Amino acid sequence: MTRIASALRNVFMFYYDGFRTMSWWGRRVWIIIIIKVCIIFLLLKLFFFPDFLKTSFRSDSERSDYVIEQLTGNK
Amino acid sequence: MIENIDLSLVNWSRAQFALTAIYHWLFVPLTLGLSFILAFMETIYVRTGDELWKKITKFWMTLFGINFAIGVATGIILEFEFGTNWSNYSWFVGDIFGAPLAVEGILAFFLESTFVAVMFFGWNKVGKKFHLASTWLVAIGANLSALWILVANSWMEHPVGMIFNPETARNEMSSFRDVVLNPVAIDKFTHTVTSGFVLASVFVIGISSWFIIRKREEILARKSILIAGIFGLVSSLALALTGDSSARTLAQVQPVKFAAMEALYNGKSEAGLTVIGALTDSGERIGEKKVHDVKMKIAVPKLLSVMTTGKGDGYVPGLRDLVNGNPEKGILSVTEMIERGKYARQLLTDYKMAKEMGDAASLETLAGKFRDQDFINNYFRYFGYSYFDHPWQVIPSVPVIFYSFRVMVGLGFFFILLFTLALLFFYRKSLERNKWFLWLAVISIPLAYLASELGWIVTEMGRQPWIIQNLMPVNVAVSNISTGAVQTTFWLFTVLFTSLLIAEVSIMVRQIKTGPKH
Repeated sequence: MTRIASALRNVFMFYYDGFRTMSWWGRRVWIIIIIKVCIIFLLLKLFFFPDFLKTSFRSDSERSDYVIEQLTGNK
Repeated sequence: MIENIDLSLVNWSRAQFALTAIYHWLFVPLTLGLSFILAFMETIYVRTGDELWKKITKFWMTLFGINFAIGVATGIILEFEFGTNWSNYSWFVGDIFGAPLAVEGILAFFLESTFVAVMFFGWNKVGKKFHLASTWLVAIGANLSALWILVANSWMEHPVGMIFNPETARNEMSSFRDVVLNPVAIDKFTHTVTSGFVLASVFVIGISSWFIIRKREEILARKSILIAGIFGLVSSLALALTGDSSARTLAQVQPVKFAAMEALYNGKSEAGLTVIGALTDSGERIGEKKVHDVKMKIAVPKLLSVMTTGKGDGYVPGLRDLVNGNPEKGILSVTEMIERGKYARQLLTDYKMAKEMGDAASLETLAGKFRDQDFINNYFRYFGYSYFDHPWQVIPSVPVIFYSFRVMVGLGFFFILLFTLALLFFYRKSLERNKWFLWLAVISIPLAYLASELGWIVTEMGRQPWIIQNLMPVNVAVSNISTGAVQTTFWLFTVLFTSLLIAEVSIMVRQIKTGPKH
């Protein structure tokens, strides 16, 4: 258990030190990554990109029926 | 109903996907290639113990890190678009697309959270060999990650290893092996990653040349040119070979795209490969599609026949053969394919009706049909043709593909020359004296990106009107959503990606100007 705790602590310290001593460009790109991920997941995914079939139908059976209707109903 | 879908919705959805994919691809190839260049450089450092190689590796690793970080998650938007804009397609492909993308997602997550961190945070904290192993694993992992995306993409160009289930309207994977070893996937993977290697090599040589022009970091620049020159030359030769192999496969599985790339309207034996040519309107039409003449043509005699059939007198079908059919050469007409596709679709309609009426006997018979190999090979494989009114609708935009292909190939050969000259001037110790070459190397950086993007334009525009070759045209794949919503997100993406690109270029330029830390 102590070994695992020690290993976990080492891993944590590895990342902690890495982020703490990061260079100018490292800080800049991390700011960009955070902003970008927020825009992609909190803005785009939530408000602009709902999964059309998941949100429009309750079950896979309904989704299948809808797509079959789309595939067979054309022309 | 699909007939109610506004054509502008299809076009805006396509434009949005193209925009996202083009921007995403600005970041990917540099990661694919530069990761290996870093691995080579660090290997030399570990083997020689020369601190200069560590400095060189760390400098290029900085530029790799900027590109990697800015590019992270830009591909995830493509997956959002599948669910929102292309829902019929997403449902229809079933787990065939999901499985490779899941593998890619897991691989990318572990790669990014562990080995990339060791690469950047691990200098002087982990052993030299462990650090080197991490750098190699990032390179191998990034390229394997690309493999799974390309396997999924290749399935769309040559759908194999699946059976369509009429109950769920989904394709179910029947052979993972067939999906992964799809000949298109093998060609596409080797061609795509080697194109990334070439782009990264041009990038390294271009920036190194800029240092030499500025009389800065000249030792770093020369050593970088050596590594990138060797890697680039080997990769560009491999790129040409994989391109040749891709063309051979393409001629078999997507003959219409192949004929469009050559603007070959009439099939012929002893067909030459057009090296340079200008398309003009011949005044003739295939349906509503213009037929083009190739003027100012320079061609290599018989090469197209050799490339496609392995024989100088081999027959290469033209667009007219492929649309109208050529019984002598065993080519079905599109009209026949439309009829066969309609039969397959009628069976799906019958299945739906039998299900609604609770007719178990008919359901069983029809389900058996969809599992029958004869029906699959002779009817279901043409399912998507049932959506066309006219045979000419299967012809993509010939000029876009014809010119894109030629510029891409021309640049590919130009890069072979560039790498050869880089190595020649390096060994003659005359890089500094050949300023023209140094400037040529600098301006080649955007040309490498151009060639890379044109490759995708040939691939994706060339397979129009299909989203899944022969099974599903793009207009059937699109979701019935509002065009306005797609337009809004199109412009949102334009702003987001342009901002990311500006951020990348500005941070990178600043780091290049700063140079390596002394």
